[in-house]
Amino acid sequence: MNRSTIAVKVRGLTKRFGDFTAVDMIDLSVKKGEIFGFLGPNGAGKSTTIKMLCGLLLPAGGEGSVGGYDIMKESEEIKKTIGYMSQKFSLYDDLTVGENIEFFSGIYGVSNSRKKKREEWVLEMAGLQDRRRAVTKTLPGGFKQRLALGCAILHEPPIIFLDEPTSGVDPVSRRNFWDLIYGMSRSGTTIFVTTHYMDEAEYCDRLALIYRGRVIAEGTPLEMKQKHMPRDVLEIEAGRPVEAMEVLHRQGIETALFGSLIHATVISAEHAIPTIRKAIEESQIHVFRIERIMPSLEDVFVTLIEAA
Amino acid sequence: MKVLRIKAIAKKELIQIWRDPLSLAMAFLMPVMLLFIFGYAITLDVNNLKTVVYDLDKSNLSRELITEFRESGYFTVVDNVNEHREIDRYLDSGKAQVAIAIPADFSRNILKGENAGLQVIVDGSDSNTATIAIGYISAVTELYSQRIKGSRITPLIDPRVRVWYNPELKSRNYIIPGLIAVIMAVIAALLTSLTIAREWERGTMEQLISTPVKTPELILGKLIPYFVIGFIDVILSVMMAVFIFDVPLRGNLVLLAALSSIFLFGGLSLGILISIAAKSQLVASQISMVATFLPAFLLSGFMYAIANMPKPLQIITYAIPARYFVSILKGIFLKGITLKFLVLETVLLTVFGLAVLALANKKFKKRIV
Repeated sequence: MNRSTIAVKVRGLTKRFGDFTAVDMIDLSVKKGEIFGFLGPNGAGKSTTIKMLCGLLLPAGGEGSVGGYDIMKESEEIKKTIGYMSQKFSLYDDLTVGENIEFFSGIYGVSNSRKKKREEWVLEMAGLQDRRRAVTKTLPGGFKQRLALGCAILHEPPIIFLDEPTSGVDPVSRRNFWDLIYGMSRSGTTIFVTTHYMDEAEYCDRLALIYRGRVIAEGTPLEMKQKHMPRDVLEIEAGRPVEAMEVLHRQGIETALFGSLIHATVISAEHAIPTIRKAIEESQIHVFRIERIMPSLEDVFVTLIEAA
Repeated sequence: MKVLRIKAIAKKELIQIWRDPLSLAMAFLMPVMLLFIFGYAITLDVNNLKTVVYDLDKSNLSRELITEFRESGYFTVVDNVNEHREIDRYLDSGKAQVAIAIPADFSRNILKGENAGLQVIVDGSDSNTATIAIGYISAVTELYSQRIKGSRITPLIDPRVRVWYNPELKSRNYIIPGLIAVIMAVIAALLTSLTIAREWERGTMEQLISTPVKTPELILGKLIPYFVIGFIDVILSVMMAVFIFDVPLRGNLVLLAALSSIFLFGGLSLGILISIAAKSQLVASQISMVATFLPAFLLSGFMYAIANMPKPLQIITYAIPARYFVSILKGIFLKGITLKFLVLETVLLTVFGLAVLALANKKFKKRIV
């Protein structure tokens, strides 16, 4: 990978708060134009990492660059090339929608010729054309979120950092939000986004899973499911599913019920399929179908985190 | 530095103040109210001393003496008593501050050309008032003596004293200009002490420091709207001084405006510095109150003459900007002096403002922690 195609690259990035190591020697690399999903449970170090990349927190150790600028020495240069949307809503909620947009276009130094167009773009993107004069604190969560995104990218930065942009937003708004992010990425913007929604992780080009300050897995969603899943998932369709599940439990096999289907996690599909079929059928339960399926990202992450 | 960014911040700040009734009240109502309350409350003039009279002589001469006291304008006779014990009662209860007891041989002694005794009792629990009262009593009795002797004996020295700048010696005339300085010192620091801390508390600072905005742009953008407010406060205070408190304004208004601006700039910068250091609105406002009000009230020469302070305290007063503003305001109001006499004050205020601003600029970090 050539340097000019890399938007974010860090090695050994570390941050300590007192005795607590929030981020522990992580390496990351994000290609230009990519949607990079940074996943992990609460407190894993997602926000701390994003703040270090944006120049808001000084790393305790490590090296790297964002947009070609050194994260240790050139944080003010980095701030010119990025848009950052923090986890907590951080626009001025006593200002109106229009005033917030105008403030940030002033702060980002959007030129007068572009200003009008960009402001209109944000209003349209956020669906707030007729709420320009509404005081921001009166807006519903989804609108606030999109306005915050709009204000963070008024200056059309090549790299955007979004810290849990959809937490607390309803599913329809979340969907719209991701459509926007997807659109921006297709026009060449690099997007670094943290989330703990697994369906959102599926939208990303590449993922990294962080747990207790360390990156424990990295790859495309498909690679995650294929390479990082140490065990196989079987889907079983049987006559009396609840009883069939009990049978499997007695065999020491982990199962979960999805509707009338049983998902069983096994070490190896080839070995397990005949054994499971035999065990269920011995209990006078008919097995209609038993096959290996692609694990969901949720299966992968839960397994990875339990193993970590 | 980009003017565009400074403008954006200044405008945003103004909108926020305008929408917040509490900020508005603090910006405009508080200084006016403080000046009003303190302006009326603090007076060092002694008028209408409550006086009780115990006249044992009951002659024409004794009555003339009492009239003399009454007509001086400084004494109000609240009662005539017939027993010495009652004087105790009046003074103990505070219903009288002065008691005059005229002995029975008062007129007889005067007519004989001998010294006539007069007992005067003054409530010394407020020593300042007592000292002034004693002065008035001496003056009244002296005038009385001269009058009944018919100016046969002229005193050896007859001083013709003229009081400049404040001929009526009204304490209000020098208290009000000093009070404006004290109030503006407090208000200036208090106004800006909340502005940076508020952004940290509300979380908006996190967004702001992720942008390319530069520290001097942020500080200037925040100073400008408060400077405008502070300047309006100065205008309001000066108008109150002239039209409500009748303080003569003899100096140049342009000079007053210019020097007030320099003082405001320093005071507002101090507030910003405190706000940056404290990061919490509550702590910031408390620090700025303590850091401005006490020194401005006690050590600026507003209440107590600096020349009468112990040497170490005198040295400390040089570090208090209100000290210079008190001299500036008293000088311009009462003496009508020009910049020529205020060069030192102006230079030191400018240095103070620039130093504090530089410190604030250095102290602010565009990072969390």
